[in-house]
Amino acid sequence: MRLSDYGQIDRGNAVSFRFDGKTYGGFQGDTLASALLANDVRLVARSFKYHRPRGILSAGSEEPNAIVTVGSGVYQDPNVRATVQEIYNGFEANSQNRWPSLKHDLLSVNDLIAPFLSAGFYYKTFMWPRAFWEKLYEPVIRRAAGLGALSEKPNEDTYERAFAHCDVLAIGAGPAGLWAAYQLAQTGLDVILADEDFHMGGRLNSEADHIGAKPAADWAADMVAQLDQMENVRLMTRTTVTGAYDGGTYGAVERVSHHMNDRGGDRPLETFWRIHAKRAVLAAGALERTIGFSNNDRPGIMQAGAVRSYLHRYGVATGKRVVVFGNNDNAFRTAHDLSAAGVEVAAYVDPRTDAAIDGDFPIYRGAYVRDTKGRLGLSSVQITDGGRTHNIAADCLAVSGGWNPTVHMTCHMNGRPTWDETIASFVPTAGSIPGMSVVGSAAGHMSTSACFESAQDIAARVASDLGKTTPADPLPTAEHAAYAIEPLWAVPGKARAWLDYQNDVTVKDIKQAAQENFRSVEHMKRYTTQGMATDQGKNSNVAALALLADATGRGIPETGTTTFRPPYSPVAIAAMGGEARGTGFAPERLTTSHAVAKHMAAPMIEAGLWYRPSYFPEHGETTWRQSCDREVIMVRENVGVCDVSTLGKIDIQGKDAAKLLDFIYTNMFSTLKVGRVRYGLMLREDGHVMDDGTTARLGENHYVMTTTTAASGLVMRHLEFVTQCLHPDWDVSFISVTEQWAQFAVAGPKARDLLSNFVEDDISNDAFGFMQCGAMDVMGVPGRLFRISFSGEMGYEVAVPARYGESLFRLLVAKAKELGGGAYGMEALNVLRIEKGFITHAEIHGRTTAFDIGMERMISAKKDCIGKTAAARPGMVDPDRERLVGLKPVGTVKQLTAGAHLFNEGDAATRVNDQGYITSVGYSPTLGHFMGLAFLRNGPNRIGELVKMVDHLRGVEAVCEVIDPVAFDPVGGRLRA
Amino acid sequence: MRIPCPICGERDRREFYYQGDALALHRPDPDAGDAAWNDYIHNRDNPAGVIRDLWHHEAGCSHWLVVTRNTVTHEVLGAELACKVKGEQG
Amino acid sequence: MLKLVAKSPAEGLVPISVGTMELSEVVPAAITSIACYKGQADTLSAALKEHYGMALPKTGQATGRAGARAMWAGPSVFLVGPEPHADLSNHAAIVDQSDSWCVLNLKGADVEAVLARLSSVDMRSKAMKKGQVVRSQLQHMNAIYHRVSDDSFDIYAFRSMAKTMVHDIDRAMRYIATRA
Repeated sequence: MRLSDYGQIDRGNAVSFRFDGKTYGGFQGDTLASALLANDVRLVARSFKYHRPRGILSAGSEEPNAIVTVGSGVYQDPNVRATVQEIYNGFEANSQNRWPSLKHDLLSVNDLIAPFLSAGFYYKTFMWPRAFWEKLYEPVIRRAAGLGALSEKPNEDTYERAFAHCDVLAIGAGPAGLWAAYQLAQTGLDVILADEDFHMGGRLNSEADHIGAKPAADWAADMVAQLDQMENVRLMTRTTVTGAYDGGTYGAVERVSHHMNDRGGDRPLETFWRIHAKRAVLAAGALERTIGFSNNDRPGIMQAGAVRSYLHRYGVATGKRVVVFGNNDNAFRTAHDLSAAGVEVAAYVDPRTDAAIDGDFPIYRGAYVRDTKGRLGLSSVQITDGGRTHNIAADCLAVSGGWNPTVHMTCHMNGRPTWDETIASFVPTAGSIPGMSVVGSAAGHMSTSACFESAQDIAARVASDLGKTTPADPLPTAEHAAYAIEPLWAVPGKARAWLDYQNDVTVKDIKQAAQENFRSVEHMKRYTTQGMATDQGKNSNVAALALLADATGRGIPETGTTTFRPPYSPVAIAAMGGEARGTGFAPERLTTSHAVAKHMAAPMIEAGLWYRPSYFPEHGETTWRQSCDREVIMVRENVGVCDVSTLGKIDIQGKDAAKLLDFIYTNMFSTLKVGRVRYGLMLREDGHVMDDGTTARLGENHYVMTTTTAASGLVMRHLEFVTQCLHPDWDVSFISVTEQWAQFAVAGPKARDLLSNFVEDDISNDAFGFMQCGAMDVMGVPGRLFRISFSGEMGYEVAVPARYGESLFRLLVAKAKELGGGAYGMEALNVLRIEKGFITHAEIHGRTTAFDIGMERMISAKKDCIGKTAAARPGMVDPDRERLVGLKPVGTVKQLTAGAHLFNEGDAATRVNDQGYITSVGYSPTLGHFMGLAFLRNGPNRIGELVKMVDHLRGVEAVCEVIDPVAFDPVGGRLRA
Repeated sequence: MRIPCPICGERDRREFYYQGDALALHRPDPDAGDAAWNDYIHNRDNPAGVIRDLWHHEAGCSHWLVVTRNTVTHEVLGAELACKVKGEQG
Repeated sequence: MLKLVAKSPAEGLVPISVGTMELSEVVPAAITSIACYKGQADTLSAALKEHYGMALPKTGQATGRAGARAMWAGPSVFLVGPEPHADLSNHAAIVDQSDSWCVLNLKGADVEAVLARLSSVDMRSKAMKKGQVVRSQLQHMNAIYHRVSDDSFDIYAFRSMAKTMVHDIDRAMRYIATRA
């Protein structure tokens, strides 16, 4: 019921929304919870396990019960806390975990068989037969239990990630957070003040207090306005700081547009912030706990503090006749405030015989709430008062078992909170998070005045650490009521007394766990499921372990707490992923010829981050193999053009350049003549092959190294390691020029004919022989030419500055076509190199040695190099190692598959008989059969033998002949032509 | 986690590539023998406490750093340029 | 006669303007990497002064002015604008990088908010003044940021990633614009 004289909602802005298909009215500034309560809707959910009717317990993010599904279709968002979700025009939410409706939930039958569903029920009951678990038990349990459901459609919301930096991050904008931020901000320090709520002020918006002469909420609003004016202050509302991480890094989720009705488009739904702060001030406040008594979960039973929040902040009376049950002086406020608002307080009940309360309502000291009644909502409360029992009609029961400081974040780096007897709760242990200080009720200061005082004190210390002095403003005058409390965790009773509403865990479950020897708090949690799911036990943890302590005869400090880990409240995985989905997942590296290749309808294949054309289909070709075969023959008979710009290119200069190359390559580069290219092999220090490629010497102290596409980053890092960590004395520098040059392979018997259209220099075999290189004018542009070949044909690689890449590729292909040639892609490139036994990272995959690929003689005896010592170990040169060979199918099955394993012909195809494996295969139109490269035990000595290829995955088996890996033009006459 | 790069200043760990123990700076002579080479290539301590390891500021200045940190508290105690460390130790 | 046609890295991708922000391409006449040989820093700086009137920049700095700058770029210094004088190669390794980088200028009132979506480094005016240079990331790629004025940065990333670079900055600009 809405009260006219209360609340900070915007009554000028009426909002219409729907819940479970019914239309209701509310105001701007309402949460779904406050609007439903204003409409006297008390039943909003069914519980997780027993499908008990549940209402709204709290007024904050700790809500365990009022969990709903917002929106529908692709925007369906399950498990939203009604106490956090703001309403707007057109807002729509539905209750969950019920069928067919909230009022008539057939699965509430679970509640009737509850005696069989106690703690550990799943573990005990569904043990046997094992196969039934997956097929029967789990699906049935999953349907009956649980929270909301996903839409099962791809989510179309957008999320973003962002970084923020500040001197001080203040977490929480209640009295302590606001005052600390204000003190710090006046020093000129950069302050971020983050609050999970959409309206800053914390409890100041929920109490009848005054700060000085101002109503508390007005004081808070003025303070927020003042901070907002300061240039060095950043206010982040709707932003939950979810975790504390190493080095002053904090994670935070900002709910950017959950409260807007024009969802989608360019506006992110949430932003995941990583905030780096030199210091942090935690002002997270405190959470009110409930008390365990029979049937304490009926809709209408709420936290006493939440009842005040609904009254003062939202102008909502949560009932017409309210009973207040508290064990601490803070609970008095609820009775007084309701009474002042004209709401009937049917009883104030307090177990303390000396509770210092008076008021114009019945007061029961030394009394307890024993039980409640009301099927879909509270109708009466039964209390005992020194042996007498009263049944009091009531539609709302406000309960306060005391307040727990919100210590969660102080535990994110392994800290453990300390038990404080005076407030019967845990307080943060100092120094738990380096750089974080705790103020206000989060630190156990329970009066507003004490909150200001601690904020002032801590702010001064934080400022001083950062070399500043706070102004030491006079403290605002505020209530300083003593917070007297006598712990009360549970009232004995016959019916179930709920502790963890979200997981349907009762007082009895905790006791049973202890009885069954789950005495450790971590075991109890897992056995009973107390403290799990979206609320992570915010309402029940302290009570649960107090009861466990009691049941195991230990004190609370000895019993300890479970571990609080990030996030403080739920974070969508999508928010952490941010923009990193679809095209935002990874950069696309495109060659200069990309657009031309796409225009030629070439399908792209990903090579690391690069996109390279697979093949260039011609009219009439319907399969990739047709295109690939044609391109291979085209290169072998005429000429082909292929973009090889993706290979890593590193420019190396300095008087020690040759020394560096001699050290990182197995073979010699100091002896290479200027204007020549040499193939080099690079090892890791453990003796295995790291990479290979050609390096050209452009000048006495100037080389250009080529790496494979895949290893370019790795090799760059390796060079940096060698020159910084092993030989910082060497005078050598290097820089990647991969992006600088567009480089095209021109290969085939007509390669020279094609190139002579583009260069005026003499490129005849005599003038520019195999493995020669040099600067060369390419159509008026300063380019480079290399006489190298990865196809086995007469081959050149021509390079021009990247700006001319697209143009040169277009012209090369056009001219090649006139010679019966054209562009070729990765598939043909692969077949061409397999025919020649040239290796790629399919072969040098990280566990092959120079010996395995037949290049052991490339390890120079005249010098040391990376990997040389390790490569000489006996096991690395054992003839029986799996070593490189070629294979061709000779049986009835003519196909080879990469990844297949090799066996001797008569052996069973089992692991113990394994003789090796195939790394690369391709159909060779040149040779007329499939060809593979493989690693075979003692391979080079088995040329001519037959082996059996077995692909267990694809179910292919083929008899193969072991052949030399260089199957085509073994003497290499064609590339020297 | 933040690493104080001596060149770029304190940076988020996402900018760094992690390598491993800083003993990689002390490459044995080719004829140092199997034991020395085994220690260099394979054997690593796994201390609960202070450790020195190599990080590469790949997205920054490209320097290799020797970072001293505590594996228990995650505290980063300092970072030096590997080339300086190597230069001083020889 | 065949003729090669030049294409800039971000041709067809920019300019873009969203909200308060504008993204456009900068095409310096030349970008040259200058990696100082050992012990040559002073003579190199003197040569830079002689030929271009600017000193060798310190870490994280740029010297010179628009059209002729020397910019710290990590392992080397980039000469941005003029062709490299032959004399420089006496003191340093000289490598042409003119075609390696896509350089975009990001300008507008919300420039710092956009950058906060792209890099983990604090590039607010308090932490990064005009003329300062930061090597960091732009989402998942490496990038160099040079603050050229109160509200504008030149951003360098690899040429091959130009499309993603524009995509990522454009998206950040659009997200920011919806908050206005």
